[in-house]
Amino acid sequence: MLELEPPVSLESQQRIWGLNQRLRNHESVQEVIPGMNNITLILRDPQQNALDAIERLQRWWEESEAEFPASREVSIPVIYGGASGPDLTVVAEHAGLTPRQVVELHSSSEYVVFFIGFQPGFPYLGGLDSRLHTPRRAEPRVAVPAGSVGIGGSQTGIYPLASPGGWQLIGHTSTALFDPRQQPPVLLRPGDRVRFVPQQEGVC
Amino acid sequence: MLNILRAGLATTIQDAGRAGWRQYGISPGGVLDYPAMFTANVLVGNAPHSAVLEIVLGQFKAEFTRNGWFALTGAGCQAELDGQPVWTGWRTAVKKGQVLSLAMPKRGMRSYLAVQGGFNLPAMLGSLSTDLKAGFGGFKGRILQDGDRLPLGKPTRTFDRKVGVRQLLWGNRIRALPGPEYHEFSRDAQQAFWRTAWKLSPQSNRMGYRLEGRQLSRESPRELLSHGVMPGVIQVPPSGQPIVLMADAQTTGGYPRIASVIEADLYHLAQIRLGEPVHFIHCTLPEAMLARQHQQRALDQMMWGLNED
Repeated sequence: MLELEPPVSLESQQRIWGLNQRLRNHESVQEVIPGMNNITLILRDPQQNALDAIERLQRWWEESEAEFPASREVSIPVIYGGASGPDLTVVAEHAGLTPRQVVELHSSSEYVVFFIGFQPGFPYLGGLDSRLHTPRRAEPRVAVPAGSVGIGGSQTGIYPLASPGGWQLIGHTSTALFDPRQQPPVLLRPGDRVRFVPQQEGVC
Repeated sequence: MLNILRAGLATTIQDAGRAGWRQYGISPGGVLDYPAMFTANVLVGNAPHSAVLEIVLGQFKAEFTRNGWFALTGAGCQAELDGQPVWTGWRTAVKKGQVLSLAMPKRGMRSYLAVQGGFNLPAMLGSLSTDLKAGFGGFKGRILQDGDRLPLGKPTRTFDRKVGVRQLLWGNRIRALPGPEYHEFSRDAQQAFWRTAWKLSPQSNRMGYRLEGRQLSRESPRELLSHGVMPGVIQVPPSGQPIVLMADAQTTGGYPRIASVIEADLYHLAQIRLGEPVHFIHCTLPEAMLARQHQQRALDQMMWGLNED
């Protein structure tokens, strides 16, 4: 694992994406897992390649400054509030805003997928307006429906699968983030830019 | 077809797992006891990483609808084929209509059933392994149920006699490497980690094994950023009770890593029962790599021996 000095920055995260694209197709590399400010490498034959890989990783990291990974813009339609976002009012109260203002703020930012983890296709998004930072629920929900859009602390994200979860749920999308029958099976990739588009059925 | 008459507690279809999808949050999955899967497959002439049934604590019954061969490995379950004893670690001939039944194992936790020709099911993202958390792969993405009918693949070899092999033994002394945050734990916690007889908590599953014993305290308050994790990594959440990540674990995590079980010893964990003690033995990276190499060589030699047969 290669870990960078804090703080987390978009610029160093971009270098991680670049390194990821470069390493994943290398013959001695089985898997690459980009994380937050770090990257983990799984080698096919550690006995043979471990020392080489460490050296190469160092060199590639130093060279990676100039690499710009392909980045796409993805719009995700969201129904905010009501049954789709039962915690919208909680977030609004915490921020001292109206639910409508929360929706406006949440849907006016452009978010960046820092990395994918936790669940298949679950994006860790950077770029949440600090006014919307809201603590997780004291009592996590036993079942959060797939497609739920939530806020947990300083992060916002979408649950690709139904699961237990402690985030504040502000909306819901019918866009599938994970479908194992599709190629590729996940909608979002590290480096993608995401916009949430409020739908008329919800608060907007 | 293999007709499942009694599915048991948590029987799933598993192979060596799906590689290459972790960066999308998709776990590798796959069997918990790799040597047992490998052994069962090569006994019946399948490719060593073919899909097998992973049967938890026996109590399983299935009917074969064609003649052929099968092999059981892992935990021995007083298996019987139409009332005749079946040996674990052997290849056994089966006739159309015969019923294989497994009782509770006396030792061990997981048994593996390989059927000659394997299972004829669609690979999802390159693997037949069942991902229970995401609900895909294997048979309909779920645990097997009574009445399921599993289609079998075409056998490529014929055999004329039953044959057995010496299976890799399992135990509860498991080698581990100190993890990246090992030095952030107190000296007391470090020593306790190696000295405690950890007990496997009932809240353990294919995602992670929770261990009960001493509470391990960390001295550094440093918050970790999410990073890639893999099976074998031993995390210590704020509760101080360690968790060993298993095949279905999530792909990234943020808890401090006190240690990591070496790859060659992961299979022991597949066979530890709830409540049984586990000891971690300090090991070095060269030892870990050598153990991995030796294990694979032993398995390959077993396969070559059977192929010459």
